[in-house]
Amino acid sequence: MAYVAVSGGREAIEESIRLLDYHKSGTDKDIEIEAIENKLSLLVDRVMSEAGLYAKTYAALALKQCEGCVEEAVFLLRAYRSTLTRNYYTNEVDTEGMRIVRRVSAAFKDIVGGQILGATYDYTHRLIDFRIGEEIFEDARKNMQALLAAQTPEPVAPCPRVSDGLRKEGLLDVCAKNDQKPLDVTMNAPVFPAERSARLQTLARADTGFVSGLAYSSLRGFGQAHPTVGELRCGYAELCVPYLFDENESVYIGEILLTEVECFNAADDTDRLKLTAGYGAVFGRNENKAIAMAVLDRELDAGGRYPAQNEEFVLTHGDSLEMNGFISHLKLPHYVTFQSKLDAVRKTRGTEHE
Amino acid sequence: MNKNYNFAFLDEGSKREIRRASLKAVAIPGYQVPFGSRELPIGRGWGTGGIQLTLSLIGPDDVLKVIDQGSDESVNAVNIKKFVGLCADVKTTTDTREATLIQTRHRIPEIPMTNDQILVLQIPIPEPLRVVEASEEATKRMHAEKDYAPIWLELYESLVKYKRIAIATEYPCMVEERHVMNPGPIPKFDNPKLHDAECLCLFGAGREKKIYAVPPHTKVVSLAFDDVPFERESFAGKRCRLCGSAHTYLDETFDALTGEKVYQCSDTSYCKEARGQCV
Repeated sequence: MAYVAVSGGREAIEESIRLLDYHKSGTDKDIEIEAIENKLSLLVDRVMSEAGLYAKTYAALALKQCEGCVEEAVFLLRAYRSTLTRNYYTNEVDTEGMRIVRRVSAAFKDIVGGQILGATYDYTHRLIDFRIGEEIFEDARKNMQALLAAQTPEPVAPCPRVSDGLRKEGLLDVCAKNDQKPLDVTMNAPVFPAERSARLQTLARADTGFVSGLAYSSLRGFGQAHPTVGELRCGYAELCVPYLFDENESVYIGEILLTEVECFNAADDTDRLKLTAGYGAVFGRNENKAIAMAVLDRELDAGGRYPAQNEEFVLTHGDSLEMNGFISHLKLPHYVTFQSKLDAVRKTRGTEHE
Repeated sequence: MNKNYNFAFLDEGSKREIRRASLKAVAIPGYQVPFGSRELPIGRGWGTGGIQLTLSLIGPDDVLKVIDQGSDESVNAVNIKKFVGLCADVKTTTDTREATLIQTRHRIPEIPMTNDQILVLQIPIPEPLRVVEASEEATKRMHAEKDYAPIWLELYESLVKYKRIAIATEYPCMVEERHVMNPGPIPKFDNPKLHDAECLCLFGAGREKKIYAVPPHTKVVSLAFDDVPFERESFAGKRCRLCGSAHTYLDETFDALTGEKVYQCSDTSYCKEARGQCV
């Protein structure tokens, strides 16, 4: 018999994994983890953000392990993360006190603390720089270090938020302080309507393309959002955990690079208008994701008939692992279910005994 | 076995949480219990709900069987067995009778299971009402209110349009006259095996973060009308080309040389046993 219903799965898998090694061995040149971590840092940031694990070296390692595939790298980090014991929850992170490396406002020309353009590709001309192919990186690093050594560092003072002024003026919605313990979305099944803490965690971990696309849909017409980026800040925020022996004390454990956005929207306030804010915060430098998150946060507050305003729709379809896992499972054998489908189709066509 | 990870991969706290959810599921047959689904090194959507159940239940004395499409040898079954083997030193088998724990995708074994065995089913979409209502918030309320009119209407509309109920797999059933349940993507051929079964059946949906159960001797009735009885896939006049069985679920395949359509048992373990008895 020529056809053998799929068997020999074990051997096939082993050989398939060997073929992956073949693909990864395409050149004698190796790419070091340190190089990935530092020279592909935006990719590393994206992977950490979607994985919900701030670990640059592991993210770089994961990227190397899977030929640079973002969803695979996210998957590797998530699977590793789920084996780690959760020892502490950090205290509230004070992003107002972050060590800012970039800060812009599209709402006001002049803001307290000033605008800091920082590093951005926004004003580069997207022309491929063919010199990169010949660049000697050792020189580039030496030159940059010499440049830095010749400068005197200036301290950056913590900046108040742009939204503070509007709140004082009574124009911007004020949220009541909420000290409720956040719901940990990694340990609990989602419940709808969702707590805001669950919403923000879910969006912060969501696939960058998914949140960007959804936010775009709401800007374009399938939504109400016409936001102004009140403030986008990127910088290092300190993390502290409670000190075990004295709950009034805390221990500094390090700092993480964050991008945080507040978007302002005009909204209905019975017979008047008011301003409302949408909030976004993501690991690393990933500005579009942070802005998109802020847009969606506001759209979910507003609610409505469009996809970006539907909480269940937005929060259950943006997880990289879940979307890619379910899409890729379609490649698994479905012989039994397809046979059943054939049976159903044939019966409606009266051809079941052919 | 990889000693860098805990026995059966998950930490003991997670396993306990999954077992607690399973116990609740057993206590309310057919009710979907939400749980904090963990991320595994296997694709979410590739059976991670079933795997989490297996990992939470398995002990050193268990004998594990994993099947996909009824076959022990299918790539996915092999892959899951390989993963469990990496983190739990347990015996595996292809023999349905020998296993204490069977994890399956898309089939219930042909050989009836006994009361010292557990069947774990991998479930993609646990919600039977999802076909008629997209929102989880709404379907949760429908279950609470036992509002099953829309799913009955779905069946009725199929009948009007196609003159028969054209649902293939995931054929909804009523459990203990209370909860409508999705038996998962098993063919409706297997639905009757859930009714008054000897073994415990656990359903795990990892991506959707739900666990539900059909404990032994539970009433499970596939939805049908009084004048239009429940109907399974039919293989009338066909038998397995290997063992000759005429009462099993068959895979339709083609002989690559002659192009002739042939059938064989989808349950490879059963087929092997049947052939053994013929000799």
